[in-house]
Amino acid sequence: MKDRFNLYRFASPATFYPLAGALTPFFFAVAAVFGLAGLWLGMLVAPTDFQQGEGYRIIFIHVPASWMSMFIYLIMAGWAAIGLAFNTRLSGMMAQALAPTGALMAFLSLWTGALWGKPMWGAWWVWDARLTSELILLFLYIGYMALTAAIDDARRADKAGALLLLVGVVNIPIIYFSVQWWNTLHQGSSVNLSKSSMATTMLWGMLLMAMCFWMYSIAVAFMRVRTIMLERERNTEWVKTLLAGDEK
Amino acid sequence: MKSRHKKLALIGGALAIIGIIAALVLNALNSNIALYISPTDVAAGKAPQGKVFRIGGLVKEGSIKRQADGVTIAFIITDTEKDITVNYKGILPDLFKEGKGAVAQGKMTADGTFSANEVLAKHDENYMPPEAAQALNDASNRAAEKKAGESAATPAKPGASY
Repeated sequence: MKDRFNLYRFASPATFYPLAGALTPFFFAVAAVFGLAGLWLGMLVAPTDFQQGEGYRIIFIHVPASWMSMFIYLIMAGWAAIGLAFNTRLSGMMAQALAPTGALMAFLSLWTGALWGKPMWGAWWVWDARLTSELILLFLYIGYMALTAAIDDARRADKAGALLLLVGVVNIPIIYFSVQWWNTLHQGSSVNLSKSSMATTMLWGMLLMAMCFWMYSIAVAFMRVRTIMLERERNTEWVKTLLAGDEK
Repeated sequence: MKSRHKKLALIGGALAIIGIIAALVLNALNSNIALYISPTDVAAGKAPQGKVFRIGGLVKEGSIKRQADGVTIAFIITDTEKDITVNYKGILPDLFKEGKGAVAQGKMTADGTFSANEVLAKHDENYMPPEAAQALNDASNRAAEKKAGESAATPAKPGASY
């Protein structure tokens, strides 16, 4: 019965560390493939838009970054819940490893949105519900990183951060549904699970870019979590043997 | 009940409570979160008196009037029920077009028109090549013509059948 909970084996940093290390190059490679295919489709193949001309092509960065910023937060909140309930070591590390990428995606979303808003809407920024709630998401990421960095004891930092993550998760449906609940300058969503109001090549370009962002996020999160593991578990046997092995 | 199940239930309960609080707060703030109000709301007196606010709707077809100086513009914003005339002096965004969405920020004047200091274009969520848009447009025009033809033909029918 030793192998019964095989998947849980990887909840231990000592086993997850080599797994993440082995998978990282794979995720980077797949990200590059998806990214090249997505950019090719988006920049060269997809047709000009009927009302926005060529300017709409920033959508191939903007939408995947926005999706990713929301999704990473949900994953972090999921890790936070697991960490609080089961007191696992890995969950806090994963949440911390994901945070900078989530912040990057939220920033990219806002930045590309501003670049897109000026020529199309006529304004870099408006305080509408979609834009404001996405800005709050960026602040949540930064706040989480600041909070966990401010507490020296890693386990206590994880707990405090987890609380912040769980409270903030209420913002995600607000971002997503803001364009339906209130009147905003931001247009409604073009794509969801049941419909798409984009031409097919445009849609595929966007989905490929979204896959690229996914793979990239996984790859960098794995790299970061490995560093966090070494730092936090530096006094354990497995890290000592690992580092001793490196020196030889 | 194991302690971790208790914790999970606690987390779930806390999330539900936070969700309800957020829903109540957002509901209470509803009118403040909306970026703009419609001409119907303005007609109903929901616009703040003497204060800057935004109105939004569609730019009425054929309503854009440009003065000789090229930057003084008047147009009508409509939600298809009520119309409001907007006066604006400045540069309009490229996507500002008749029949498309727009949001104007400014104040109501004494004569019932809206004096805007900023006009933004609101575009929809459709993305397609120009040819597809043209095809859609043609199809809807044909449908409209057909409908107009039918309604024109209808009164004649009883006479023809007798």
